[in-house]
Amino acid sequence: MFSNFLIWFVIVPIIMMAGLACCGNSNMKAIRTVMVSCSTVLLGMAIWLVCEFLRLRGAGDTSEMLFTGSWMWYEPLNIHLAVGVDGISVLMLLLSAIIVFAGTFASWKIDPLPKNFFLWFALLSTGVFGFFISIDMFTMFMFYEVALIPMYLLIGVWGTGRKEYSAMKLTLMLMGGSAFLMLGLLGIYWHSAPEGGQVTWNILEIAHNNAVDPSWQNLLFCCTFVGFGVLGAMFPFHTWSPDGHACAPTAVSMLHAGVLMKLGGYGCFRIAIYLLPSAAQELAWIFIILTGISIVYGAFSACVQTDLKYINAYSSVSHCGMVLFAILMLNKTAMTGGILQMLSHGLMTALFFALIGMIYGRTHTRDIRQMGGLMKIMPYLGVCYMIAGFASLGLPGMSGFVAEMTIFFGAFENADMFHRIFVIAATCSIVITAVYILRVVGKLILGPVQDEHHLQLTDASWWERLSTVTLILCLAGIGFFPNWINETIQQSFTPIINALNAAI
Amino acid sequence: MLWYLVPSVIMFAAGVYGFCTRKNMIALLISLELMLNAADLNFVVFNRFLFPGSMEGMVFTLFAIAIAAAETAIAIAIIINIYREVGNTDINSVKQMKF
Amino acid sequence: MGTTLPILILAIPFTMFLILGIGGVKMSRKLAGTLGILANGTLAVLAYIVAFTYFFSGDAAFIVDGVRQQVQVFDVTWLAFTERMVVNIGFLLDPICAMMLVVITTISFMVHLYSWGYMEHEPGFQRYYAFLALFTFSMLGLVVATNIFQMYIFWELVGVSSYLLIGFFYKLPSAVSASKKAFIVTRFADLFMLIGILVLSYYVSNTPADGPLGGASAFNFLMLNSQPTNVLASTLGATFMSGSVLTWAMIFIFVGGMGKSAMMPLHIWLPDAMEGPTPVSALIHAATMVVAGVYLVARFFPLFCIVPDSLTFITVVGAITAFYAAVVACAQIDIKRILAFSTISQIAFMMVSLGCAYNEPIEGVHYSGLGYMAGMFHLFTHAMFKALLFLGAGCLIHAVHSNNYTEMGGLRKYMPICHWTFLFGCLAIAGIWPFSGFFSKDEMLAAMFNRHWFWGAWMTMVAGLTAFYMFRMYFMVFWWEENPKYKQSGHKPHDAPWQMSLPLIILAAVSLVAGFIPFGEFVTFNGEPYHIHIEPQVAATSLTVAVLAIALATFMYAKKNPLPSKVKNMWPGLWTAANRRFYWDEIYMFITHNIIFNIICKSIAWFDRHIIDGTMDGMAAVTQWASVKIKGMQSGSVQTYVMWFFFGAVLLAAVTWICIL
Repeated sequence: MFSNFLIWFVIVPIIMMAGLACCGNSNMKAIRTVMVSCSTVLLGMAIWLVCEFLRLRGAGDTSEMLFTGSWMWYEPLNIHLAVGVDGISVLMLLLSAIIVFAGTFASWKIDPLPKNFFLWFALLSTGVFGFFISIDMFTMFMFYEVALIPMYLLIGVWGTGRKEYSAMKLTLMLMGGSAFLMLGLLGIYWHSAPEGGQVTWNILEIAHNNAVDPSWQNLLFCCTFVGFGVLGAMFPFHTWSPDGHACAPTAVSMLHAGVLMKLGGYGCFRIAIYLLPSAAQELAWIFIILTGISIVYGAFSACVQTDLKYINAYSSVSHCGMVLFAILMLNKTAMTGGILQMLSHGLMTALFFALIGMIYGRTHTRDIRQMGGLMKIMPYLGVCYMIAGFASLGLPGMSGFVAEMTIFFGAFENADMFHRIFVIAATCSIVITAVYILRVVGKLILGPVQDEHHLQLTDASWWERLSTVTLILCLAGIGFFPNWINETIQQSFTPIINALNAAI
Repeated sequence: MLWYLVPSVIMFAAGVYGFCTRKNMIALLISLELMLNAADLNFVVFNRFLFPGSMEGMVFTLFAIAIAAAETAIAIAIIINIYREVGNTDINSVKQMKF
Repeated sequence: MGTTLPILILAIPFTMFLILGIGGVKMSRKLAGTLGILANGTLAVLAYIVAFTYFFSGDAAFIVDGVRQQVQVFDVTWLAFTERMVVNIGFLLDPICAMMLVVITTISFMVHLYSWGYMEHEPGFQRYYAFLALFTFSMLGLVVATNIFQMYIFWELVGVSSYLLIGFFYKLPSAVSASKKAFIVTRFADLFMLIGILVLSYYVSNTPADGPLGGASAFNFLMLNSQPTNVLASTLGATFMSGSVLTWAMIFIFVGGMGKSAMMPLHIWLPDAMEGPTPVSALIHAATMVVAGVYLVARFFPLFCIVPDSLTFITVVGAITAFYAAVVACAQIDIKRILAFSTISQIAFMMVSLGCAYNEPIEGVHYSGLGYMAGMFHLFTHAMFKALLFLGAGCLIHAVHSNNYTEMGGLRKYMPICHWTFLFGCLAIAGIWPFSGFFSKDEMLAAMFNRHWFWGAWMTMVAGLTAFYMFRMYFMVFWWEENPKYKQSGHKPHDAPWQMSLPLIILAAVSLVAGFIPFGEFVTFNGEPYHIHIEPQVAATSLTVAVLAIALATFMYAKKNPLPSKVKNMWPGLWTAANRRFYWDEIYMFITHNIIFNIICKSIAWFDRHIIDGTMDGMAAVTQWASVKIKGMQSGSVQTYVMWFFFGAVLLAAVTWICIL
């Protein structure tokens, strides 16, 4: 079992937790050593995995999932711990590792109870990594829940503002989503057996059997899509996002917006669409309407917010809406764009939340009306904020542009009037995004200094620089050389597209 | 047999009534004992009239009386402690464990 | 030609941007400035070599039987959406591209040199040079684009560099809001362009094309332009609101150009963009970026010709804009604003010229090259003399520390170099022989008269207005009455240092002689040389109109006299309206601020907080209310439990009894 490389993505965070448990309660040095070493190891593993994956693919290995392994866990229900990755999960693992790495540095001076914070943080990352390597629906769901629960404590204890309310709201709404999800997964499980065969949780087997009765598919599709859609901040189930993000501590916002929201999009195509293709063909239009609304609605809402984190949270609603929107377009180009958007949004929002955390740590306010001219006071953070802003509004050379363009050009392939209208509505969001990003940049970063007290503030420290530079390099990396990622993703979508085409 | 059962029913009803209406814990305990004794009486009566050959009812009654004695002792101990804490034996004054 | 030179042309400014942008903070001003100027000088030399090789080498790759070819020097895949929709980054060399390379690098070099003096005391000097390098990179990338998507990429990048440079003085709220406005307005226009590209590429990529470029990407210019009717048969067939899809696509793409080139009604950002440093206005908002729209039309000219309706649209938009901007320019006080409106008007001239390049088919020939050639010629000459005028205005502003001509007057004695070069610029833009503007404007007017007499007459009138407002400004600044402040303050205005004067002199010389370049030999719509011959009627008319306008300006403004204020008071409403630019800004402000921001955005935000979030909170509240209501049953009072228990037992007994009976 331990010879499988993927399983180490779960084991390393567990080792990290064990290591943390051995540290003294306020021995910052030991805690940081454990965190930095483990997150670096994870990042290294993820990079190695990507290289190895590309090498194997280059060598002509065309099986759907690589690095597969499967171990029986609970025989009566045929639950396995089954792991395996395709191009998309590999990239998602890389994204998660990058954000865990950057998040560690962003919460360098977390206070109070640093040890406990990082313990929960490590548990959260265990769940995230576990989710992306699983190809067994049950373990996938389990890791999903593992990732959700620490969020409650992380926000409730280390948050700011109305933290108890927000933590409760976030947890309850996501749990509500999980209830739908469990229903959907159980439904798929019970219908997964081919004629006379055995029921299974394994995604590949279910897709291969393709035995879910079409009359059941519609119901199950709605359950799973709504279940994952709640986490993907789909209208009208998005309201946990603004409150949750506004109150969460920096690293948690980063991990949550950066990775956890991606679990939603990932689940949507990996389970809802891949396993229930005929329902996807039939019912996509309902969710296209909802996600189309998300895109425009989130962007408009962001225009009038005054709290930095609310602006970002609504912008996340808009961008994550774009992810689901792209996935629902059900063609290869648009879905590839959706994955690119996940990567791009993950990195960009993480960068945004890191920067907001840093600014808040200095000025002790997140209200843009009380700040101004930060470029003069902390030029490094100001420049980073502008870069993040440009990435968000889709500047060429940044990942956001690549993702959005791929989505638009892919979505436009659907030639009927209904799709066209929604695609054009979605393209309008690029203008609205520009409006709210520039509004914030103009008020916060540029312009005259609002508060005399801010003049004494210092610029970024080395750990903050490390955290932001990592993210910016990744953003620019995707923006400059998108094609290898694009090809990797497109290749991985082949089985899903085949399943969809077979279902028409 | 009826002549034995009617007082038992009366005793039991009095016990229920007392248990539901009285506020004093001692009175509650007495009501409880009334119900218990009504049950004991039934045991004995049914044993004597329906199964004259066996002794289980009698034995069970003795057993119940012993338990009731122990239970009463514990209950009175608790009541005394509550009295020391609160200053009276009113059942409504002990609310700290509520909800 | 190898790929080294073209790659260097793109790589040098980008590298310089990275070096100055990242390392600039640690550099001294001198080092940063020297690096920037040197890099740009090298760049200019390389661009000249490329253009020279292209035009004069006679290489079989570039010219075949006297017809100039379009050459893709390199074209590498950047991103592949689908098999037919592949985004390449490449280098397309053809006459307009080679011409633009020369224009961009020349003006950019002049501006680099000029800024050395102009920005000397400004903080953020290094950042400024970094941004200039970024702009140069993006503009070069735009003109060498091999496909519409590459053009779109760099189109966005020039927008951003323009945003950064307009907002260079980021502590001034006016600069910040001007930069924001510029970016958002152009982004709005780019949205249409994107939709246009989406439509076009969808139809093209789903049509099998034949010929040597049949398998090329649906974005590729050469493929689109070379065999248009075959490729686009499906777009001509499909219709939407009584126009073919291609018409709509081309109009949408042109709207992108309208945004960048500040055509009505998307012109509102350009006058405000003058908040940026003046050399930036010269480079971006006069000579290079704002003509991107013209360049776009020229690049897609064969496609526009298939759907003449779109060309008519371009002509109408251009004609209205030209007239509007010229009228507004007559009533401005800020000299940079006057120049900005004059830029809008001149660009509209080029647009009309391109729009008029189409003729009804005569013997199978669908379009005449004159308007196209003249538009490009004017683009070239205008870039030179408008940059000259802006740089001259920069010298004036540098000397008197104000943008308004009311603070100037009588400056010809103090600033002779500036005066003479500025006069050259004014003569060129007014179209006086032998300055360059005369030649290009004459060709354009000839093309317009060829298309229809109305366009010719209309644009001749605009040309007259141009001469009038330019000389109005010239006289107000350099003649009129000497401003008493010069003597009082003891700080006399004087000519600028050599770094600033040298570009003025060079550009003035270019403006003087550029008209004699046989432009038609180099740049035409189909690569075949076009022999320019001046049409005496048109030339005489336009020259007469210009001279009359200048005479009128001289009569009104050469000396201090009450005539201007009399004229102004004759139609006070008109003057105020023109001064306020016919209230376009107010209309936009009302739509964006009051309607979109206050009504739409606020109500959506309210809806989110109160309805959507309220529903979620409401569900939680109902649950909580219900739990509060029933929690009384769990009272902890044994007596209550006994009551429930007792009645329950009785009920059960009763039920059992009834059932047994």
